[in-house]
Amino acid sequence: MKLLFEKSVEGRGCSILPPLDVPACEPKEKRQAPLRLPQIAEVDISRHYTELAKRTHGVNDGFYPLGSCTMKYNPKINDEMAALPGFAKVHPLQPAHTVQGCLKVLTLAEKYLCEITGMDAMTFQPAAGAHGEFTGLLLIKAYHKSRGDTRRTKIIVPDAAHGTNPASATMAGMQIVNIPSNEEGCVDIEKLKAAVGEDTAGLMLTNPNTVGIFDKNILQITKIIHDAGGLNYYDGANLNAVMGVVRPGDMGFDVIHLNLHKTFSTPHGGGGPGSGPVGCKELLKPFLPLYHAVQTDDGYRFDSPKQSIGSVKAFYGNFAVVVKALTYILTLGAEGIREASQNAVLNANYLKSRLSQWYDIAYDGICMHEFVMTLENLKKEHGVTAMDVAKMLLDNGIHPPTMYFPLIVHEALMVEPTETESKDTLDQAAEVFHAIYQKACEDPEALHQAPTTTPVRRLDEVGAARNPVLKYPF
Amino acid sequence: MNHPQELKYTRSHEWVKMVDDTTALVGLTDYAQHSLGDLVFVNLPMVGDPVTKEEAFGDVESVKAVSDVFSPFDGEVSKVNEELLDEPGKINADPYGAWLIEVSNISGQEELLSAEDYEKVCQEEE
Repeated sequence: MKLLFEKSVEGRGCSILPPLDVPACEPKEKRQAPLRLPQIAEVDISRHYTELAKRTHGVNDGFYPLGSCTMKYNPKINDEMAALPGFAKVHPLQPAHTVQGCLKVLTLAEKYLCEITGMDAMTFQPAAGAHGEFTGLLLIKAYHKSRGDTRRTKIIVPDAAHGTNPASATMAGMQIVNIPSNEEGCVDIEKLKAAVGEDTAGLMLTNPNTVGIFDKNILQITKIIHDAGGLNYYDGANLNAVMGVVRPGDMGFDVIHLNLHKTFSTPHGGGGPGSGPVGCKELLKPFLPLYHAVQTDDGYRFDSPKQSIGSVKAFYGNFAVVVKALTYILTLGAEGIREASQNAVLNANYLKSRLSQWYDIAYDGICMHEFVMTLENLKKEHGVTAMDVAKMLLDNGIHPPTMYFPLIVHEALMVEPTETESKDTLDQAAEVFHAIYQKACEDPEALHQAPTTTPVRRLDEVGAARNPVLKYPF
Repeated sequence: MNHPQELKYTRSHEWVKMVDDTTALVGLTDYAQHSLGDLVFVNLPMVGDPVTKEEAFGDVESVKAVSDVFSPFDGEVSKVNEELLDEPGKINADPYGAWLIEVSNISGQEELLSAEDYEKVCQEEE
């Protein structure tokens, strides 16, 4: 498929930009020559993007059980609300008294999300999950520093954690202490006790954890950290399993981030932008980023917390995403939110139960919203890897599960069906997985050849990583 | 899998080649490069950095994952194979030629494994 640059024809163009409706200003350092951009008619741009869209796979195309990503369906009413002119046409520099409705959205979303998570306050500035982690860690750091406790530089992270956890802690200038998981994939209590000390700034944890298991020792775990003088950070990646059932705040967590683009049905990735609000208990509230919307007797206004860590993003974050998430919460209501989590867990267990007829499940017992399979035996006996199975799923119109993660499980496929899939979809997926298993036993070579029906076959991932081509000489 | 007799090994899949009594080259074993798959990035320490036994001194990245590389002993980095920063694939192509670092003033290397014992470790992991 040709790039827009390659489709450019001298003299073509279109007027998609509106006329200037504000006073023009002359910047001091102006470009000498006009920017060289592709010259294309609107119809050709439109066809270009439609063609691209046809080559992708999204939740609107089919099943998308990408573990730990919560690829639930995003209801269209969310977008309708976010597109209302009162939300879509505001400017970040407008005085607060002219955007009272927008501030009310932020305070309402804060109220409901705090109710769901057991937190006391929330910032909507962070633009995504890892950004939220970074922000939460800065809050922990500011808290220790405000108490003159400067020795606390270490963050404890289990080996099953999302890779972003140690990365965020490093970005925040902290050192990582890695602790191994026990045989159930949960935190090893003895190893945790041995790891804490006067240098412990905090712990980062997901619960349910990365292998889809709820750590029953959670109260003991968070107490060990508190007793050592540290704080507990909850990675909200897996919140979809427990909404309305159990609250991170009640598990002993002091600060959390949420992924509105996972749990609260706003679009992911390229369809985003994302939003990674950070909630905290009262003790961290003084350190929250700027632009914290509050309700006063005179209406809504932005508050700047006294000991704020400053801004982590311009203004108040990705506001339209918050509108979508609030719409989702108000659509479902308290009962619906709980039901969503219950069905997410039910769907995961149903699919796990069906797939366990053919595939090895990495950890026994009831799972939460996702589960991990290990294809180690399939690889040993038939030379078929998790990658091969993933590629053949593509041929069957199913987006592959997360592969080779968590790292503690070999040949891992991590499956998260979410609550928005019907039993019919799960049954169809189970049949596809079954057929692929049979094919792997009878004709492994067919799997090595997959995918055969997609717009592109196997991509040269190594070549792309070693020699990335990041610009087009236009 | 190829694990030369004249080298020593760790349980975390590094090989050690003694240059003299207190200096050694460290690299990744054939088993390690095979399990990781094609490597795309390598992070190495600087000359003069201290290394600590069983602690990470660098990491390697494949399209699947990032993995730490652990020091087999205490010591100080005396050379770094900078060629690998541009061509990490050399570790896949020639794991025993593509040393990562040279460490001087080493101590604590007594517990290293022979090729035979290391083979057993690999078999257990299979």
